[in-house]
Amino acid sequence: MTTRYFGQPIKRNEDPRLLTGQALFTDDVHLPNMLHVAFLRSDYAHAHIRSINVSAAQAIPGVVAIYTADDLGDYWRPGPLLVPPPPVKDLIFNPRMQVPLAKNKVRHVGEPIVVIVAESRYIAEDAAQQIFVDFEPLPAVVDIEKALAPDAPVIHPDLAHNLNAHVIQRKGDYAAIRDQAAVLIKRRFLYDRGTAAAMENRGIVADWDAKNEQLTMWDTTQAPIPIRNGIAAMLGLSERQVRVVAPFIGGGFGPKIMMFYPEEVLLPWISMRLNRPVKWIEDRSENFYATTQERGQVHEAEIALTRDGRVLGIHDLFLHDAGAYAPYGLTVALNSQCTLLGQYDVPHYYSEFKAVFTNKPIVTPYRGAGRQHGVFVMERLLDIAAKELGIDRVEIRRRNLIPPEKFPYNNEIIYQDFAPLIYDSGNYAPALDKALALIDYTNFIQTEQPRLRAEGKLVGLGLVTYVEGTGIGPYEGAKVTIETSGRVSVATGIGTQGQGHYTVFAQVVAEQLGVNVENVRLVTGDTAEFYWGAGTFASRGAVVAGNAIHAAAVKVRQKILKRASEDLEAAEEDLELVDGTVRVKGSPSTAIKLGELAARLNPLRGAVKPGAEPGLEATDYFGPERGATASGVHAMIVEVDPETMQVEIKKYIAVHDCGVVINPMILEGQIQGGVAQGIGNAFYEQLIFDENGQLLNASFMDYLLPTADTVPRVEMDHVETRSPLNPLGIKGAGEAGAIPVGPLFAQAVEDALIGYNIEILEIPLSPNRLFELVLEPQQGS
Amino acid sequence: MYPPKFDYYRANSLSEAFSLMQEHGGAKVIAGGHSLIPSLKLRLADPGALIDIGRIGELKGITANGNSTRIGALTTHAIVAAAKNLPQGLTEAAGWIGDPQVRNRGTVGGNIAHADPASDLPTVFTALGATINLTGPGGERSVAAQDFFTGLFETALQEGELVSSIDVPTNGGGSAYAKLFNPASRYAVVGCAAQVKVENGVCSAASVAVGGLTSHATKANAVEAALLGKPLNEATIAAAAAQISQDLGDDVMGDLHASADYRRSIAPIYVAQALTAAASRAG
Repeated sequence: MTTRYFGQPIKRNEDPRLLTGQALFTDDVHLPNMLHVAFLRSDYAHAHIRSINVSAAQAIPGVVAIYTADDLGDYWRPGPLLVPPPPVKDLIFNPRMQVPLAKNKVRHVGEPIVVIVAESRYIAEDAAQQIFVDFEPLPAVVDIEKALAPDAPVIHPDLAHNLNAHVIQRKGDYAAIRDQAAVLIKRRFLYDRGTAAAMENRGIVADWDAKNEQLTMWDTTQAPIPIRNGIAAMLGLSERQVRVVAPFIGGGFGPKIMMFYPEEVLLPWISMRLNRPVKWIEDRSENFYATTQERGQVHEAEIALTRDGRVLGIHDLFLHDAGAYAPYGLTVALNSQCTLLGQYDVPHYYSEFKAVFTNKPIVTPYRGAGRQHGVFVMERLLDIAAKELGIDRVEIRRRNLIPPEKFPYNNEIIYQDFAPLIYDSGNYAPALDKALALIDYTNFIQTEQPRLRAEGKLVGLGLVTYVEGTGIGPYEGAKVTIETSGRVSVATGIGTQGQGHYTVFAQVVAEQLGVNVENVRLVTGDTAEFYWGAGTFASRGAVVAGNAIHAAAVKVRQKILKRASEDLEAAEEDLELVDGTVRVKGSPSTAIKLGELAARLNPLRGAVKPGAEPGLEATDYFGPERGATASGVHAMIVEVDPETMQVEIKKYIAVHDCGVVINPMILEGQIQGGVAQGIGNAFYEQLIFDENGQLLNASFMDYLLPTADTVPRVEMDHVETRSPLNPLGIKGAGEAGAIPVGPLFAQAVEDALIGYNIEILEIPLSPNRLFELVLEPQQGS
Repeated sequence: MYPPKFDYYRANSLSEAFSLMQEHGGAKVIAGGHSLIPSLKLRLADPGALIDIGRIGELKGITANGNSTRIGALTTHAIVAAAKNLPQGLTEAAGWIGDPQVRNRGTVGGNIAHADPASDLPTVFTALGATINLTGPGGERSVAAQDFFTGLFETALQEGELVSSIDVPTNGGGSAYAKLFNPASRYAVVGCAAQVKVENGVCSAASVAVGGLTSHATKANAVEAALLGKPLNEATIAAAAAQISQDLGDDVMGDLHASADYRRSIAPIYVAQALTAAASRAG
């Protein structure tokens, strides 16, 4: 009986290190002779810089160096465009990228202007206060709906306007079917900005070793390999001279894949210039301005339906807030565009967006990465349609689900990976049925809710569906080695930010090699250990790196069987890999330990056969032809306090389909964490900017995060629909939990407040905002 | 989040504290540091020197004395929350401040000297008719809580004075505190403390204060007047709680989380909650 590792709820390999405080985080890197870096950042959202006076700061004892944009010489240049636009006809794209230090002009509060290097961070911060910048303030672009007005201030003067991009995608012909619709519903939807608020802020340590001509950089990045490649190119070094280590990271969520942050560009340069190690750890105040954010969009959307609730088409025009610069291309807005249709078979779709520059921090993907906006618009339109047509909200969804026989399902538009948006596989009705069972839908609607309402309790139910495009290319790779001790080492290029990679990847390897998961040691995010790769983003780690590791492990397995077959004088098909040995089936004592086999393949003396490769080691790569589409249904029951409009979540369920599951416990953790972030997004978190582009709640005293007492334990169930796009059949799960919570909250709260006759068309909400929404109809506004 | 440079002095007695305060003009006194350290880290305060009074034994502890209990200014919220000889309205309010870390470090004296408009204890001390004892180089003086809180982060403390203790009457009847808290800080969006006596089935004394609504803890005279002589039941309490709008007038403040309208609208709910609980404890 062989032990199964794949699919088991195995405890996390990394937890002992994390829970005992032994895991290395960037701020744990202390080097002799290390200097500390602080930044003087803009207090203005939009201003010309007339002059900068650093002389008083320079005179402070302990200040080692101060640099402005002018001091950077040729090293000063805008960052690269990370993601080029997709091949969509007539697309307009005006990329404008962030710069290492602002020169002549600042475009958002918190934009770095001067970098100060000192013997301690305290001294560097004191010096920053003694630097005087003469600003000429300019009116700021804050409201995205005013960004394209003819009289709007222009943020990038080489453009005549603030248009970052204009993209139209079409499926079918919405205009032609509009007249045939029995019902047309049009609404305006708002989705406002939040921040990922990772537990660990960003941080960098850079160490130039002049004698070895070697640069080492510890960086809280989700993409160490592209950082290594970029930094080497910028500094004129060979890639082999630069080692980037992304150690343990306290949460990534997307903003840590932005590159290149100004700090990432500057610290290695400073270390080389001063020939000393330098450290910068972002503090929470900086994080509110200097780390990228997401979510600001305004949609004007229309749905066309038949009388029996079949969706004929969707027409959506939306504005997307790109922030002050747009290095990440169109990923977020494209995700909104491409996720809106969700699980539904919609024949006609017209989607047009304009991405606009504003004087606010840069927008790049944050968990969900635009998907929630699309899901919010679609699910809310279906809710309103269900009411108008007198159809149950579950029924209207069921009638429009893509049937299983239509997969692979072509949405006929282009996705963020530039490939056609084709759902690889899906089976939506069983997940919906499971969700109805878990939330006890019929009983709640028919019995519980009327009973509780009769007692004066405002209880409501929400139920929404969504899809999540995951596991996109280009590729990842891995090297799997069996050491002579019998331990297995695995190296892959992606970084890890808490996902459980050390465990799930070990499970993938253990499954092939028959070793205990604890005997598999993984290295991620160290460019010295693995050279090739892209990074951790778009819910792709398990899919892309996981399949690369699988492929490498399969190769090692083949090497084991080949050599063991010779040594044990048995056919390969008669061998099995169990408990760290390879043995003859039915004859467990006829066995060789894998470590022993590895030693035999790496002899110290004697001859090997021509063409022999040493040891038990293999490297392989995996690149999917396109992304795998995961899906799910979330439902919840809330109670709203009629006087205070406080919302309590009484029950929350999620049914999720991410293909074959590697570790159900880790998967459930991902969903639970995503839901917590989604609840924050829906009901607590909002970055509030005033008309000057000043952020009014840039601290955890004022930026509300969901806390343990407000996030319910999510009850979960799963459906497994294999992805045909990778050998393991898996789909990504990293962002799923966060995606559907906005429309779910809106539907449930609206249901609870049914007597108040309100429509919730915006996220985030708050008790105060609900109070205003309830009062508005009473005031006749 | 790196404070500016400051000198640090530790006072081991009150007299040492006063001489340090005189010596270092502009210095800030620190006890639990829960309001001061964040403002230092945000560089909103740059006092140059801190005088730590946190180890002055004579300012610590809770002592019952007849119909009154004295709370030393350096007593932590956690100790107040666990105390047996204090009105329940005070102990429950202390137990709802912040989180365990905050309650284990933050001090009662520091809290009221800071006089945050959303802080819980100013509201409670005002409702309980507490007396704030102040001490300075010139000696001691006492101020009624109602007169101690004078405005937004403003108190009757004079330059060079410290809060030394708070005397809380323990014979005022049943008391309670109710609040809607800010989910991040646990500060009160609206807080209400109430104390009532019931004799012969009717309310013979009532003292009510609200916080989080205006610049400082506000005595709810109209609410109190509406209770006197009435049996305390759901209807009379609701009617009295509605009078809070009279007490608040046009002075209600709003912020990012809760507009003035929202606060005004929910204030009666928490007044009623506090009164209902206080009445049930009035025996």
